[in-house]
Amino acid sequence: MSTTTELTETTLLRFATAGSVDDGKSTLVGRLLHDSKSILTDQLEAVERASASRGQEGPDLALLTDGLRAEREQGITIDVAYRYFATARRRFILADTPGHVQYTRNMVTGASTAELTVILVDARNGVVEQTRRHAAIAALLRVPHVVLAVNKMDLVGYEEQVFASIAEKFTAYATELGVPEVTSIPISALAGDNVVEPSANMDWYGGPTFLEHLETVPVSHDMAHCHARLPVQFVIRPQTAEHPDYRGYAGQIAAGTFRVGDPVTVLPSGRTTKVSGIDLLGKPVEAAYTPQSVTLLLEDDIDISRGDLIVPSKDAPSTTQDIEATVCHVADQPLTVGHRVLLKHGTRTVKAIVKDIPSRLTLDDLSLHPHPGQLVANDIGRVKIRAAEALPVDSYADSRRTGSFILIDPADGTTLTAGMVGESFASPEPVKDEAEDDGWDF
Amino acid sequence: MTTTVATVSEETGTPYVLSHLDALESEAVHIFREVAGEFERPVILFSGGKDSIVMLHLALKAFAPAAIPFSLLHVDTGHNFPEVIDYRDRTVEKHGLRLHVASVQDYIDRGVLKERPDGTRNPLQTVPLTEKIQTEKFDAVFGGGRRDEEKARAKERVFSLRDEFSQWDPRRQRPELWQLYNGRHAPGEHVRVFPLSNWTELDVWQYIAREGIELPEIYFAHEREVFMRAGMWLTAGEWGGPKDGEAVEKRLIRYRTVGDMSCTGAVDSDAVTLDQVIAEIAASRLTERGATRADDKLSEAAMEDRKREGYF
Repeated sequence: MSTTTELTETTLLRFATAGSVDDGKSTLVGRLLHDSKSILTDQLEAVERASASRGQEGPDLALLTDGLRAEREQGITIDVAYRYFATARRRFILADTPGHVQYTRNMVTGASTAELTVILVDARNGVVEQTRRHAAIAALLRVPHVVLAVNKMDLVGYEEQVFASIAEKFTAYATELGVPEVTSIPISALAGDNVVEPSANMDWYGGPTFLEHLETVPVSHDMAHCHARLPVQFVIRPQTAEHPDYRGYAGQIAAGTFRVGDPVTVLPSGRTTKVSGIDLLGKPVEAAYTPQSVTLLLEDDIDISRGDLIVPSKDAPSTTQDIEATVCHVADQPLTVGHRVLLKHGTRTVKAIVKDIPSRLTLDDLSLHPHPGQLVANDIGRVKIRAAEALPVDSYADSRRTGSFILIDPADGTTLTAGMVGESFASPEPVKDEAEDDGWDF
Repeated sequence: MTTTVATVSEETGTPYVLSHLDALESEAVHIFREVAGEFERPVILFSGGKDSIVMLHLALKAFAPAAIPFSLLHVDTGHNFPEVIDYRDRTVEKHGLRLHVASVQDYIDRGVLKERPDGTRNPLQTVPLTEKIQTEKFDAVFGGGRRDEEKARAKERVFSLRDEFSQWDPRRQRPELWQLYNGRHAPGEHVRVFPLSNWTELDVWQYIAREGIELPEIYFAHEREVFMRAGMWLTAGEWGGPKDGEAVEKRLIRYRTVGDMSCTGAVDSDAVTLDQVIAEIAASRLTERGATRADDKLSEAAMEDRKREGYF
């Protein structure tokens, strides 16, 4: 075919947006979708019709993203919405998360799969409480890239000094939290400065536009430091004349690389064998890496089932029934000490009990409240859990896939809590809470 | 089509990256395998449309060299395109699958459902679908819905719990974190699963081209007798058109989506190959539903309302 670049295969970036109510997030999202030609005529017409019927003068771009009746009625976003757009260089999945404090759980949801988080601030207000809260969540979820978009530069005369001081203050705070990389970009979403096109009003800014940065930020995996992990999803046994003895362990590689010949250990049993073959969706390959869905074939016929974890023998995690984690509580019913729950880690779901809730974190100032007794919706806290079976958990700092888990209510199946194993913030140095004697045990 | 992918090179230290189609494929396969591992009686909704065809293709790859551990379910409105029914039956035969059919016509013949004055049978599918799910005790139902299709679908989870009446409550959705899908449900409830959630229309077509997947003929330009109703070119036929004042003409058209003849409009097109179809879609200024679906225009929340009742 005639290959215009936009029709070839490209890479995929998943990113999330966060911002307070009036920071102009909808305008930024609207402009990205609009300028990348992702809003099509019939969608725009629907927005225009709906805006007009509400008596609004221009089309209200927020109606593009507020997809539910209740959201349109109340004029707020209450849930994560996923948006799709593409440029010649990359495909994007945008988790558009609401900015209200009471929807912290939604930002956690959006950030859990994001490789980049955009934190929007109003240039007139600079770094505010909500900004610090968003930065803390990005740090907690260990989103690899953070973009600070200083919006409404048109309202501060496009002054470099305003931008520089906000960027400096934010970067210092984010670095303290252990955010590995912050890129600050001065923009005006409304006027279009530095969103897609470079701004003629800010020639002092030499960096990429917002879209350019999204298109070029690396999404590759650095395998050198990754522990290879394969949670077994399903055992494939055709038992046909053609494949009488085929026995494959299917799963999506959660981290790292597997090669034919690798000595591997199966957890929790601890049995060892070697990789004798790797099928990549029906095709044999020599090596496979995250996030490919594969089927591993092993030399020895050992007992392996859904829920097991296959790891390199030289790099196996320890297994434990006692898990300490930072959690975000996402359900309306509270999480209490003594709560009996189900814990899903990888492909394994086990019974568990909440043994202790040592502390609750206030995101605004990162202060700790010891022994809160319970966590309610949107609370972030430290939790000790005892699982009914030993689990091969990694630290969330090492692996977002095998260091995360969810708690489920066994009675009605509600997803209660999102958990991250081990230390919470990726601090370069331990952060000390000066107000508390016992300090931060995070 | 250019296939740039993967890039593995330990020697040079080049980073490991999947192409967007490989990443979407891998994610969809993971979803199929999660359902196979966690549910007793899953079923794939199969209409013979491109999204369900891609779903089936992904399921076949996910469990190769074994057979897919799911059966298929088709809601037959009685007004389906004959080419699509033919494709459906050939596919079932070819892969040795089991097909369940829920028939809207049966419900009308029994007097349980009433034909609508506008002739569209699309909204009538909900009752046969949900009753079939209940009587067959399906606990996971794969749908080809994509979040880019419509703003209510943009809010849909990959695993979406439906109550014992098959209803969707968008305000009580479970947050979906990492790739940890929660499939817990009570007896009588089921989970709708959308493995193509993160795909766009263009991704689906690019994937069809890359994988060389066969499609029903109506997706490609052909001459057909059509008439104009409510801004849509509909196929003339016994199902109920044309009526008085509607003139039949022969046009070169193709279908961009495949519902049934009563609700799916055709677009003028001379695209006869996959590459031409892809070029046409990339240049289009209309979404596929905007271009071809009359039922979505009924109200601002038409899709949300139908989904609440159990529509897919």
